[in-house]
Amino acid sequence: MSIAIDTTAPAPGVSPAAPRGSRLRDDRRHALLFLGPSLIGLAVFTLFPTVMALVMSLFDWPVFGERTFRGLDNYARLLGNPVFRQVVLNTCLFVALYIPLNLVVSLGLAVWVSPRIKGRPFFRILFFIPVMTPVVANAVVWRFMYQPGGLLDSLSQSVLGSPAPSFLASSATAMLAIVVMSVWQGFGYNFLVFSTAIDQVPQEQLEAAAIDGANGRQRFWYVTLPMITPSIFFATTLTLITSFQVFAQPFLLTKGGPGNNTATLVLFVYNEGWRFLHMGLAAAAGWVLFVIIMGITAVQFLGQKRWVHYD
Amino acid sequence: MTEPRTQARRRAADLLRGTGPRRVVSHLLLLAVALLFIAPLLYALGTSLKPQDEVFTAPPTLIGSEVRWNNYVEAFQFAPFARYFFNSFLVAILGTAVVVAASSLSAYAFARLRFPGRDKLFVLFLGTLIVPQEVLIVPMYWLMQVLGWVDSYQALILPFAFTAFGTFLLRQFFLTVPAELVDSARVDGAGPFDIFFRVMLPLSRPALAVLAMFTFIAYWGSFLWPLIVIDNVNLRGTVPLGLTSFMSQQGTQWHLMMAAAVLAMLPSVLLVVLLQKNLVRGLLTTGFGGR
Repeated sequence: MSIAIDTTAPAPGVSPAAPRGSRLRDDRRHALLFLGPSLIGLAVFTLFPTVMALVMSLFDWPVFGERTFRGLDNYARLLGNPVFRQVVLNTCLFVALYIPLNLVVSLGLAVWVSPRIKGRPFFRILFFIPVMTPVVANAVVWRFMYQPGGLLDSLSQSVLGSPAPSFLASSATAMLAIVVMSVWQGFGYNFLVFSTAIDQVPQEQLEAAAIDGANGRQRFWYVTLPMITPSIFFATTLTLITSFQVFAQPFLLTKGGPGNNTATLVLFVYNEGWRFLHMGLAAAAGWVLFVIIMGITAVQFLGQKRWVHYD
Repeated sequence: MTEPRTQARRRAADLLRGTGPRRVVSHLLLLAVALLFIAPLLYALGTSLKPQDEVFTAPPTLIGSEVRWNNYVEAFQFAPFARYFFNSFLVAILGTAVVVAASSLSAYAFARLRFPGRDKLFVLFLGTLIVPQEVLIVPMYWLMQVLGWVDSYQALILPFAFTAFGTFLLRQFFLTVPAELVDSARVDGAGPFDIFFRVMLPLSRPALAVLAMFTFIAYWGSFLWPLIVIDNVNLRGTVPLGLTSFMSQQGTQWHLMMAAAVLAMLPSVLLVVLLQKNLVRGLLTTGFGGR
């Protein structure tokens, strides 16, 4: 790397002895140039739409045609809409199944694939692959596996002698099938978070505990676990936020079916906005999601004092 | 004095490592788990190379009676995948360029320039991260209609290019560049732009690479927004959209669909392998992923 700095000719007007005031003014002008693209981009594509979402949620706003101000009517209609109530419950069910499964699998494997396991970097990469591959590609593969005649069904036929249930078509299994696919796809991220956190646990403390006769389980509960609580907090919060936004998996695997059994909040937003063209109602549902996410995050941050150890 | 202590330490290390047979069993079990985990992808790869009439067999097979690479050619004939791949690469590359440019510029301002209200503005920047994409899509679509951008490349690239993630990641990195380097360049008459281009960017290559790769992968896999803003899939469709429409139209051509899915995954897998070393750092500072 070359840092070409001309030392022979000092630029006119700028000397080390220049008064502080002029430097400050200089920076201010430049700051505007440096910040310009991001400021404009964030204002146009984030701040303005956030406010517009709130405005649109107060209107009857068809994609084409007359818009009329309705006040809080859209929100009232959401609360009275059984489909909306169901998608909120479905989303909560998904979160309630997905979060514990994801955390148990990722934390369990992170503890298992400890620094003393050979080929650790290989496992880290392997488990991370579906996190990075397109959700749609993952979902296509899993739809093929869940398909009657697909991998699971043909395995069941040749091993158990009877066909597997139609996982995605039955209301008893559809949500579980979506959760399993989502855990497979997503746990590699938390696995990596926990795995790096475990690396930071001082070896001496584990050795001291071992000398004192602590077995593997005790060392995990009393030494490792308390030390990685900040990572568990980080992972739980982020996973909670993103799991409330689940869309692609139900959209691609079940279209929300059977019935509305696997329809989620974001799927509802999509259907209202782009199938039924009720933009106002879709915007209101989006804001409900936003409020839920903010509430969950706030609860997480308020609760962290009780169990997260920063030291 | 020290002799028993080192012995104790060695014993402790042995205890931690586990011994002989248990260690072997642990490794073998882990390999079994890894195999189970990767089975769906191997099955997809196997199916993508099978003749069509061998896709559904009981017991399942990994490899068919012949290995048909021609399936990959057929997939491209069945649906305009050449077009989808071109669109995806174009959008991901241009999008990555915009993200890296905009966030490195603003990161420099936050890390190295002095101006009033800087820290408050930075907090506001970070505050935008809390707004989920799903809240923005409805008004964003309306905005695209107003601008006449529906079915356009710029609609695929720009709306989600300005996030505070990149700014945050690069600012953290810029702060670690020694102040003396910047000061001496300044003493020698370099202005902020010289310092930015000739000192900061060359020194920040690892961080820029991490941001670029994660951004590329995010664009490459992006689904909800393209689904909304692209009506003419044959013209402006990206790979995920192409796969989706393929799935609904050609529901029975599973072997071709697996071929297309494998190709869609390929760039991401390659990047993960290339990314390895930077993976951990990049991911923890950007908060990317976790879906």
